[in-house]
Amino acid sequence: MAYGTVNADVIGTSVAGSNLGAGNASIMKNRIINGAMVIDQRNNGSSVTPTVDNTYTLDRWSTGLSQASKFSVQQNAGSVTPPIGFSNYLGVTSLAATSLGAGDYFLLKYTIEGFNTSDLQFGTANAKTITLSFQVYSSLTGTFGGALQNGAQNRSYPFSYSIPVANTWTTISVTIAGDTSGTWVGATNGKGLSVWYGLGTGSTYSGTAGAWATGTYFAPTGATSVVGTNGATFYITGVQLEVGSIATGFEYRQYGQELALCQRYYENMGSCYIANSSNNYGSLIYKVSKRATPTITSSSSGFASQGSITTEGAWWVYTTSQGNSTITVSAEL
Amino acid sequence: MYKQCLNKDSTINTNVILRIADNAVIPMDEANTDYQAFLLWKSEGNEPLPADE
Repeated sequence: MAYGTVNADVIGTSVAGSNLGAGNASIMKNRIINGAMVIDQRNNGSSVTPTVDNTYTLDRWSTGLSQASKFSVQQNAGSVTPPIGFSNYLGVTSLAATSLGAGDYFLLKYTIEGFNTSDLQFGTANAKTITLSFQVYSSLTGTFGGALQNGAQNRSYPFSYSIPVANTWTTISVTIAGDTSGTWVGATNGKGLSVWYGLGTGSTYSGTAGAWATGTYFAPTGATSVVGTNGATFYITGVQLEVGSIATGFEYRQYGQELALCQRYYENMGSCYIANSSNNYGSLIYKVSKRATPTITSSSSGFASQGSITTEGAWWVYTTSQGNSTITVSAEL
Repeated sequence: MYKQCLNKDSTINTNVILRIADNAVIPMDEANTDYQAFLLWKSEGNEPLPADE
């Protein structure tokens, strides 16, 4: 591309063969928030054992499961040395040797909001090629996998990757031609694109790797099952999804910036003290506007709302309990 | 399990629903995934408990 030439996401530079954008040097090139697994507002480094689908672990990272309590998730589980340049990782530990039925699935999930995927133009002839990269470490070796999926979960792209050496960080890069078919949400606050990492997936939800398909697939056929081995570990960090066909260096963001990006979806407002036990009314103003009207949870019993909740704050919330109360606000996808 | 909430004038609050398990106040916004779960639960024939008087 000639010097100074501009299109939607690439700018030609004066250096031959070097462009800005399309994953090379653009600011906010990584569509994954908390890809370095730094933010953990919910659990602050403690382990969580998911019992229901869509249990959130580290910020923005959720789980999928067909059976409860088969694996745990913890920031820096096992305390291994993170890959060079990283301080944190998301660690999965298998809690049993679980045999997979056809309809079983055990997953890590990340969903990107439609506002942050609409420029990919999936579902059109102009769909862009994207590259997913990450660092992974497991006590197991073999072929692992995951999938990309639309919000309606009826378009899937299973992908596979290899972990050749156990207990060693391996850099993975997967390039995916954009989906020219199917229905993908545009610039909305809905589910734009989900990235699933398989921890064990039965045949019903396993598909052919390396191609878009109609249907709900979470992993490629024949992928290694982490939950199949009691005590097996699967650690991941440095997750980046960017436009283009080459994985570029991980985009580091400042901590405060990353936290604020996470708080669009979940915010721990901290503890407040209720002075007496009669009905105590108040308002909440969030630090960051929320993706959608959020759910508000209090550690105090008797918490309720007699007013309204918006994406900016809540009015006429009250509690009948005296003491400290921790408020959390969730607008996850 | 869910429960209705009241307004200050003791009428039913039609903006939110309470999830009893974790004391979560859920807005009736279809973009909210917790409300989506409530609607699914209700579509299975369930009904929220009446609000405390």
